[in-house]
Amino acid sequence: MSRILEEAITVVSAEHCKGCGLCVQACPQAVLALMSSFNSKGYHPAHYVGEGCTGCGMCFYACPEPAAITVYKKGAEYPDQEGR
Amino acid sequence: MAKLILEKPKGFCDSYERKPGDHGTTHYCPGCGHGNIHKLLAEAVEDLGIQDRTIIISPVGCSVFVYYYFATGNIQVAHGRAPAVATALKRANPHAIVVSYQGDGDLAAIGGNNILQAANRGEHITVIFVNNAIYGMTGGQLAPTSLLGMKTATTPYGRDLLNEGPPMKVVELLSSLDGPTYLERQAIMGNKYIARARKALRNALQCQIDGKGFSMVEILSACPSGWKVDPTDSYAWMEKNMLPHFQLGVTKDVRAEREPFFRTFKTLSAAEIVEQLDLAVPEPKHFPSKLQKTGYGDPSIKLAGFGGQGILSAGAMLANAGMEQGLQTSWIPSYGPEMRGGTAYCFVNLSERPIGSPTVSHPDVLMAFNRPSLEKFEPDVKPGGLLMYDSTIIDVKPKRGDIEILAVPATQMADDLGNTRMANTIMVGVYVAHTGIMSPAAIEQTLPLAIKRKNLVDANKKALRAGVDFAATL
Amino acid sequence: MAKEFIKGNEAIVKAALLAGCRSYYGYPITPASEIAHAAAKYFPRVSRTFLQAESEIASIQMVYGASASGERTMTASSGPGISLKQEGLSYLAGSELPCVVVNIMRGGPGLGNISPAQGDYNQIVKGGGHGDYKVIVLAPNGAQEMCDLTMLAFDLADKWRNPVILLADGFIGQMMEPVEFPAPVGDLPAKPWALTGEKISRNNLINSIYLDNDELEAHVGHLAEKYARITEAEVRFEAYHADDAELVLVGYGIVSRIIRTVVDQAREAGLKVGLLRPITLFPFPTRKIGELCESAAGFLAVEMSTGQMVDDVRLAVNGRLPVHFFSRTGGNVPTVEEIFDVVRQHLSAAQPV
Repeated sequence: MSRILEEAITVVSAEHCKGCGLCVQACPQAVLALMSSFNSKGYHPAHYVGEGCTGCGMCFYACPEPAAITVYKKGAEYPDQEGR
Repeated sequence: MAKLILEKPKGFCDSYERKPGDHGTTHYCPGCGHGNIHKLLAEAVEDLGIQDRTIIISPVGCSVFVYYYFATGNIQVAHGRAPAVATALKRANPHAIVVSYQGDGDLAAIGGNNILQAANRGEHITVIFVNNAIYGMTGGQLAPTSLLGMKTATTPYGRDLLNEGPPMKVVELLSSLDGPTYLERQAIMGNKYIARARKALRNALQCQIDGKGFSMVEILSACPSGWKVDPTDSYAWMEKNMLPHFQLGVTKDVRAEREPFFRTFKTLSAAEIVEQLDLAVPEPKHFPSKLQKTGYGDPSIKLAGFGGQGILSAGAMLANAGMEQGLQTSWIPSYGPEMRGGTAYCFVNLSERPIGSPTVSHPDVLMAFNRPSLEKFEPDVKPGGLLMYDSTIIDVKPKRGDIEILAVPATQMADDLGNTRMANTIMVGVYVAHTGIMSPAAIEQTLPLAIKRKNLVDANKKALRAGVDFAATL
Repeated sequence: MAKEFIKGNEAIVKAALLAGCRSYYGYPITPASEIAHAAAKYFPRVSRTFLQAESEIASIQMVYGASASGERTMTASSGPGISLKQEGLSYLAGSELPCVVVNIMRGGPGLGNISPAQGDYNQIVKGGGHGDYKVIVLAPNGAQEMCDLTMLAFDLADKWRNPVILLADGFIGQMMEPVEFPAPVGDLPAKPWALTGEKISRNNLINSIYLDNDELEAHVGHLAEKYARITEAEVRFEAYHADDAELVLVGYGIVSRIIRTVVDQAREAGLKVGLLRPITLFPFPTRKIGELCESAAGFLAVEMSTGQMVDDVRLAVNGRLPVHFFSRTGGNVPTVEEIFDVVRQHLSAAQPV
């Protein structure tokens, strides 16, 4: 199932994230944060707090890990099964 | 229209199958700027529609494994040599977009001359120069771009101006050259800087796509592990330590002035190749051997004199004609220490049989064109052999009694003909006619092959005939 | 096709172009510079690439790039320059990239001199670069072979995906002899592994790094197995009056020409002397030397070095017969008389008392 987004969403892949925190630093809306839990590599992965994303993409370009962050802007087709 | 989804660009492999272990993430440390720059490159390759024709060069250093990640043509090269490899890749494949991805040690230290020369030649390549002021892969040693006072594994007390000198400013250095087209320095150091770096990288690639010549972007990039700072502190570190020394911006941009150039190659037919290689000469005319006197066959001939007397070309006349005559021939110039002391000589062999040693200690024939040659080589002539000397300028007489001796006033004869430089040809004419080793016509036919200045061919034919006539008087 | 009276160094260039070589990346050095001069003249004439690189180091890396793109490519130099090319040769061998490199040997070590010598044998034949690798080595002994073996070198390089080195000396390079040039070769073998900047080659990788120990061991094993096949398939030599010789002289390049005259003179004098001339130095004619051990009483290796090829003769003889050695160095070429004297000594010493 997918849907057209009315609000932007940033998705962080916890298994790709190395917890460097650059996305958290880059986010103008301060809607990204490092989790207190660990991923399988022992990093505290970043995550989207759930609301407030404007889809600016700053976190995407700040993130050094190619597959860690995906930004769905308003109007994008969003695959629901990935959402959380 | 701006993309609605920002995701891992298609310039990357879906899965990094070439990477051992985890195929999903890069090998870089957390917060390493290489990952950001990789993303900018992969995104640009996708957006510019050049993925099929892009070849990315992996250097030595942390980015040695660039080829793990990019779904493009990939080649891994020796430390610092990427600009040289890129030069040939691009010349061989003018259609390809060749990207040399290099770090500071690779590009500015061991490969310093390679980048300088490739830039100066204006090679149509794009260089991405990642400057993080340190060697990462090898364990945090000094780079040419390390900052003054910076502590590294090989500057444990800090970079010292009087020991290692100041950090090297590469784009400024290359901007002093006329060759490059587009040079810019940017930084991965926060949102606005990343946007500028993204634009610079695209400009650099577009420069190559447009056939405008050499482009390079130096990108200041974080190495939190090497700098021993947290990733989130690394941008502040760069701003404080790197920006004062490495100013951002375009240092050279002459894209508008450069005419687009795309190298092309023609495919020549076999016949055209043969012609262009000067191999399309007519079949050789063979002159019947007319050895008139026995005892002169299969000679090894030494010609000796001053440089400038035409010693080597006289030898070449004999050898070329010998070949036309159907003989085995060889010609070897004096070479190496023998050339000292102003005596030039060459050896010519003319033989019915395959020629073994092209030089011999005891030649059958010596043609001496100056006194030192006569004095030095007369004793070497094989007993029963032939010694010819230029009696105009050699004021001593040969001493041997066991060899045939011909005094030829070659320089005087040449002077009478109007050019003293043709004494060599006269001597050849005398030799050929006297021994009957080959037809004088063979020499005449092949004179143009041995005489570089074509306007002298006719005069030399006259000299040859004068030599032949002189032989008849002996 | 024309027969041309031509310097060995220049014959190399025409032969390379006839063999379909598309690029020459060089750097000047005596006594190999005529190769660069002729290449600069003729490569552009047939719409091919000539570039004088900034260094020998760069020129071999340009060869690496050109070879990776699938074209026939070459460089040439002499001793000091060849030393600088060793880094690239190791990478070329490791990445299995075909190319032709010419070494017109001069006197060494260090700057030495510009006279002919054979002191680079170990560097070339035993591998002057790092790691477990081999290059195929061809040793011409005249201008015709400068042509023929250059053309063969390109074929062998492509056939085995390996660098091939033409190992000559200043004498062979400077000497002019008649050369019959063959017609230009037509179609060249396809190279599906190459990087051509096209969709079809997008997944290709040219590489010599294998970080995983077992992967690298497999790669090195693959190379060793290839070298073993080359050893089986590509040995070339010339045997001249060798099969009934009491004393077999072994020499390559210009030395083999001088030995040939020694053999002729010795045979005229009733002495049973022969010549074995390796044309390939790797692979070395080890088996032929083993066969000659059955008929000969000894070997005499002659070199313009203090003794490098002679080690390979000794390995091939494996203690079965005496292996004598004679050399001149420093740019001096042994004379017929010198060698003949040594031959006489060894033959008379071999006579029963």
